[in-house]
Amino acid sequence: MKIQQISLFVENKPGHLTAPVRLLAEEGVDIRSLYLADTQQFGIVRMIVSDWQKAAQILETHGFAVKVTEVLAVEVADRPGGLTGILTVLDGMDINIEYMYAFPYSRTNEAILIFRFSDLDRAMAQLQAAGINLVTSEELLPK
Amino acid sequence: MSSIMELAATLETSASDCHPASVPDYTPLAELRDLQLQRLQAVVTLAWKQVKLFRSRMDGLGLAPEDIRSLDDVARLPLTQKSDLRDTYPFGLFASPMKDVVRLHASSGTTGKPIVVAYTQKDIDVWTSVLVRCFAGCGLHRGDIMQIAYGYGLFTGGLGAHYGAEGLGATVVPTSGGHADRQIMLMKDFGVTAMCCTPTYFLHLIDRAVELGVDLKELPLRAGVFGAEPWTESMRKHIEKMSNLEAFDIYGLSEIIGPGVGCECRRHQGLHIFEDHFYPEIVDPETGAPLEDGSEGELVLTTLSKQAMPMIRYRTRDITRILPGPCECGRTLRRIDRIGRRSDDMLIIRGVNVFPSQVESALLEIEGTLPHYQIVLTRVQGLDQMEVQVEVTPQMFNDKIGALQGLQTRIQSALDHILGIRVRVALVEANSIERSEGKAKRVIDRRTA
Repeated sequence: MKIQQISLFVENKPGHLTAPVRLLAEEGVDIRSLYLADTQQFGIVRMIVSDWQKAAQILETHGFAVKVTEVLAVEVADRPGGLTGILTVLDGMDINIEYMYAFPYSRTNEAILIFRFSDLDRAMAQLQAAGINLVTSEELLPK
Repeated sequence: MSSIMELAATLETSASDCHPASVPDYTPLAELRDLQLQRLQAVVTLAWKQVKLFRSRMDGLGLAPEDIRSLDDVARLPLTQKSDLRDTYPFGLFASPMKDVVRLHASSGTTGKPIVVAYTQKDIDVWTSVLVRCFAGCGLHRGDIMQIAYGYGLFTGGLGAHYGAEGLGATVVPTSGGHADRQIMLMKDFGVTAMCCTPTYFLHLIDRAVELGVDLKELPLRAGVFGAEPWTESMRKHIEKMSNLEAFDIYGLSEIIGPGVGCECRRHQGLHIFEDHFYPEIVDPETGAPLEDGSEGELVLTTLSKQAMPMIRYRTRDITRILPGPCECGRTLRRIDRIGRRSDDMLIIRGVNVFPSQVESALLEIEGTLPHYQIVLTRVQGLDQMEVQVEVTPQMFNDKIGALQGLQTRIQSALDHILGIRVRVALVEANSIERSEGKAKRVIDRRTA
């Protein structure tokens, strides 16, 4: 149920996002979601892409520092209280959200939340036990 | 006192150059050479007796102290270099027992460990006396108010200049480095007449004074004694124009004694070396072969009176030449040209010695591997800034911001610790640092005069 996310290091300077994104486009890799975490000096680009293995390989061969990270994609109703419902499930478990981002799921009236937890396996088990739908990469990225 | 003044009067020097402490500056040449030879023989004997390294090197050359019969024989002695201080860290080159050592100073070595230098009370007295002669040669005297803005501490600059200024009889304002606004306030409120600091720090004070609305030209400042880093004539012109003081270049290095090995006089035509204590030679930086006066090469110095840590033919790595002919000031001391460059890769940043190899050892310590890196030097408002750009390799990369910031902080503190100065660390993309023929250019110096 975990899905693979591609992260890459970029400097926080004009034009620095263009090169990696163009490379992926040229190789026909679709970016389903992209989130940029930035500091004043550098940023980390996190992406859910149509083919993570291909994306990682392309970027690595072009000299980028790339990391493949497992994250959870959680389906949630796109309405007030949606996120609260998810987070409440994890209350009292001492699991930290290292980062998260969200994007709308165009097929339904749902949103997808991408989570990186300090303890991914425990978080996954707990969310599943609470009946929360974890989206697989096949569902998220139909080939 | 009257006899000294009479003596000085017979030397046909200008009145402003006449200070009792400066009398040795005018020693007749033959007498000076005799004194140098006597002292050279004594210091070689001391080093041979007390310092294992010097003895084994001289023995290796089949050379005994008695073989030094003329000043030309100095070229037969083995050369000493910075790595010898590192290899014998901390006390291996001391010629005095610790009970006779009254002071230790340290400066950065080429890798993690500093190099250590030692002084007996007599060494401190000699050091003070040469600084008094420096300041007197700059036209300073009792009644001057001297602000010492070199760093006080292990660095020789602050305490060296301090003792010299006190020895001169001046009023000393020991501000040490930093706190520009306070420096300017004290210059103004105390009516400071002379500043001692690095030239780039003074440039910073000039800029800051403008921002604070203080016109340095209106202050009683009349002299600046600037050293610990190479600087240029254009910097001198700028400093003199902006602050209406007379700027002097002072030279020295911890391994020999600290500041006060040489200094400009009011003619500003090279720096007089206090040859009665420090014997200068110029050698070919490649071969170590001695060069004639007038040729450019590496300055090699032998301490003639040092007790705690005599230095025989120390390679300074500073490139200069001995200026031919006497100075118009009447001093018999030979002069060197201002130091323009070095024969090794040492950088001088805000007066502190930095080697790229130190940056490498800090990075290695943190990551266990050596990422590509580059040192970028800039000058912002007269102050040297050092940025170390480190490429983020796939091994170092972590997709959590906090982890990368932690890495940045770890590199930062390791560099601060090893270099002793504050540097900026920038994480940059892998393969973004230009490599020429597979080898990265380690230092980009964008400081302009």
